[in-house]
Amino acid sequence: MKTNDVILKTTSHVVFFIIFLFSIHVFLAGHFAPGGGFVGGLLTSSAIVLLLLVYDLKTVQKLLPINYTIMTASGLVLALGTASIGMFLGKPFFKHYFDHFYLPLIGDTELHTAMLFDTGVYLVVVGVTLTIIQSIGGDD
Amino acid sequence: MNVNPIIEWVGVLLILGGSLMSLISAFGLLRLPDVYTRSHAATKSSTLAVLLSLLGAFLYFWAHEGYISVRLILGIVFVFLTAPVAGHLITRAAYRSGVELSESSDDDELEDVLFPEGRNKGS
Repeated sequence: MKTNDVILKTTSHVVFFIIFLFSIHVFLAGHFAPGGGFVGGLLTSSAIVLLLLVYDLKTVQKLLPINYTIMTASGLVLALGTASIGMFLGKPFFKHYFDHFYLPLIGDTELHTAMLFDTGVYLVVVGVTLTIIQSIGGDD
Repeated sequence: MNVNPIIEWVGVLLILGGSLMSLISAFGLLRLPDVYTRSHAATKSSTLAVLLSLLGAFLYFWAHEGYISVRLILGIVFVFLTAPVAGHLITRAAYRSGVELSESSDDDELEDVLFPEGRNKGS
């Protein structure tokens, strides 16, 4: 019998966006506050796991057509590429750069290449977590 | 008396009320007879306990440090949204897997709808 779970579905529509925005906040705040790529990635994948709990695997794959293996690989490439910027400029491996920039609407912002490395970590964490969960949950 | 110590005291009293409410919720979990009444105690009063504690912490940090914590507001909204839904899902899973009501409750309107051929035989 198909059960009627409209309460769970309606709540998950709201809660998914709260968790996703909070994960982006934790990810961006990682330099000056607790947080960073790992926690942000885990929060994002938990938001997608909530969607996987409410709907089934095919619906979520249609909703977010992402190949998580390629996501993991591109995260690794991004982290390695950020680490090797310094090598091409005659500096040691993993040399990071930062500077202050004036962005419209935000104002004076400190941009750092460690953020690109953190984006790589984020992509790897989301990709690995969802690859594990989809391959465990999807054998039917 | 300045305004800030008054707000701090309001926060302190809210946290005290929240901890008393969670104590009452724990007593409800111990004393009530079956799953449904226990879920009633665990969902409502502990949600209110968490909300009061978070609101007290928010007021305290606002008055004491001048720091408006958006994460605490977000936590209040999140717990207020999700805790009743979690209680609903647990109770519904218990009912659908055939957990008996306590002896003292005598009216079960859902039984004819969900289990037309009698409890513990269908589905």
